[in-house]
Amino acid sequence: MTTDTAAGRFGRYGGRYVPETLVPALMELEGAYAEAQRDAAFGAEVARVLREFVGRPTMLTPAHRLTESWGGAQVWLKREDLAHTGAHKINNTVGQVLLARRMGKKRIIAETGAGQHGVATATACALFGLPCEVFMGALDVERQALNVFRMRALGAVVRPVESGSRTLKDAMNEAMRIWVSQVEDTYYVIGSAAGPHPYPTIVRDFQAIIGKEIREQTQAAIGRLPDAIIACVGGGSNAIGALHPFIPDASVRLVGVEAAGHGLQSGQHGASLTLGTEGVLHGSRSLVLQDEHGQIQEAHSISAGLDYPGVGPELAHLAKTGRMEVRTATDDDALSAFYEVARTEGILPALETSHAFAAARGLARDMGKGKHLVINCSGRGDKDVATISARGVPPATGVKS
Amino acid sequence: MSTELGKAFARAKARGEGALVAYAMAGDPDLARSVDVFVAMVEGGADVLELGVAFSDPIADGPVIQAAAERALKAGATLRRVLDEVVPEVRRRCPETPLVIMTYVNVVMAMGEARYAKLARERGISGTILPDLPPEESAALRAAFDAEGVDLIPLCAPTTPPARAEGIAKDARGFVYCVSVAGVTGMRAELPANLSERLDLVRRAASVPVVAGFGISTGEQAKALVAHADGVVVGSALVKAAHADGPAAAKQLCADIKRGLKR
Ligand SMILES: Cc1ncc(COP(=O)(O)O)c(C=O)c1O
Repeated sequence: MTTDTAAGRFGRYGGRYVPETLVPALMELEGAYAEAQRDAAFGAEVARVLREFVGRPTMLTPAHRLTESWGGAQVWLKREDLAHTGAHKINNTVGQVLLARRMGKKRIIAETGAGQHGVATATACALFGLPCEVFMGALDVERQALNVFRMRALGAVVRPVESGSRTLKDAMNEAMRIWVSQVEDTYYVIGSAAGPHPYPTIVRDFQAIIGKEIREQTQAAIGRLPDAIIACVGGGSNAIGALHPFIPDASVRLVGVEAAGHGLQSGQHGASLTLGTEGVLHGSRSLVLQDEHGQIQEAHSISAGLDYPGVGPELAHLAKTGRMEVRTATDDDALSAFYEVARTEGILPALETSHAFAAARGLARDMGKGKHLVINCSGRGDKDVATISARGVPPATGVKS
Repeated sequence: MSTELGKAFARAKARGEGALVAYAMAGDPDLARSVDVFVAMVEGGADVLELGVAFSDPIADGPVIQAAAERALKAGATLRRVLDEVVPEVRRRCPETPLVIMTYVNVVMAMGEARYAKLARERGISGTILPDLPPEESAALRAAFDAEGVDLIPLCAPTTPPARAEGIAKDARGFVYCVSVAGVTGMRAELPANLSERLDLVRRAASVPVVAGFGISTGEQAKALVAHADGVVVGSALVKAAHADGPAAAKQLCADIKRGLKR
């Protein structure tokens, strides 16, 4: 038949490596999405829900004290943590659930790692009246109890997945297996810019609202584009959303931060852009953590949203071609960044986001004064409070105890 | 297509039977004992052996084969070791039976498609099934396999539109693997009512044999399908039998299904 599909390819990466059973559904989705994009009413409805329900545009906050303490570039925070449900994930689920409704799908399934995507999907389903099932690794169910409660409160069914590493990768396998069995009436809302074509494109388009707003907001605040934007990378949806609108702007440095877990040498990390090799996982060709025999390795990160052994194909392409710089932060780096941000800016960032902050300090210093750095604050830290507080809270600052 | 596969289907047909393509997981419970399972299946009447090579993230497989893959990985069943240790031994003990590898695209890509195709040919593998490689993505792999005469066997699903199914059938190498149910591997009490029509359509378009697979576990089911297919694939039921009761149970189940396949 035909050769490699051009659509859904980002350089060598992307494609559609799925059971034949799913191919017609993916083609249907591709067609429905193209049609929705041509329909101004669909775009207007997405925009309306983002405005009225999600609370967009989210703010671009100047981080005065971090800027002063780091002594380099002027630091700005893109506040996805202020979006409804507390993370960028809602941008995508509102879009995809509206698309599912438009396609006449009767039920929604999703996978989740940190639980933020599950909460965002459950929220959109509640808003539009669709039943929702969320697959979540059993380990993540344990460490993200707050989000499990939120999903259940919103009327979703949470299905713990016991196979493999009992984390995000296995939740995604299970969601795909269930989707194969129920593909006729079920819509699978993928939570990151990963998976088979057309998902990486759809998720990126819905998340690109972040970067579009950054463009307008920096223009308004400083009269020009920022000099760099930095975001954490799990599957890569907040990163590609923040960075994509700037790809043609050569003056803007694009930086992604991966989880180095216990350290890049430890074998326990989530750094697929840094240490991954080309492979196929969850329906697309990208960079993945695997052994020499092609078996996918278990990723590790203190943050459930970053311990994914793959990465979206577009980010893999941007990293390989050098357009995006890739940095890493360890669990410990992220923890100390968490407290630094909490105590200098009054914001409890998600552990995922804390990785971006951990790497941003060095970047801000490299860049130097007079430059502008935007950190994508992908989500808030409430969901991580149990994980973080279990390690003990450092003493209060500036108060005698 | 590989002459061995063609001959095996022709032999079954000449005996007035549908062919049994019998699947087991190479390396489950370990490499040596999985050889005994394959041999037992041939003794039970299997016409073609499908050797599963485990992948850590088997999105097309149900719980039975998923669990078998986990056991095989624990036992060290890599593609390389299956080709070096399992395949030659099965060939030696069942010289007449064509062997097909079933695994996932990442496992083959990790070895390198050309390197895999060459090794597969040298070890006597007739074909390969990659359930996560639809036709749109298969050009490069198929060219590499064609160069070595290893058939890249395509799958056709219940959700595949008729015109696309005909395209897959026309272009097929080895045989067409018609997935009977929209779902993952695993036993089903009932097969879809329209399966026979689908098989007839694919068979009209195909120049190679057409088999039905996924969900088939009994001689009864085989009997119902044999008028519409050149054979059936049985996987989960055999994996389950071998895991619970050893090679003899797999042999027994093959014999039951073969009885159902008599025309
Ligand atoms: C707050 C937050 N940031 C980042 C991520 C990582 O995902 P992605 O790389 O797709 O943005 C997650 C995932 O759950 C998250 O909850």
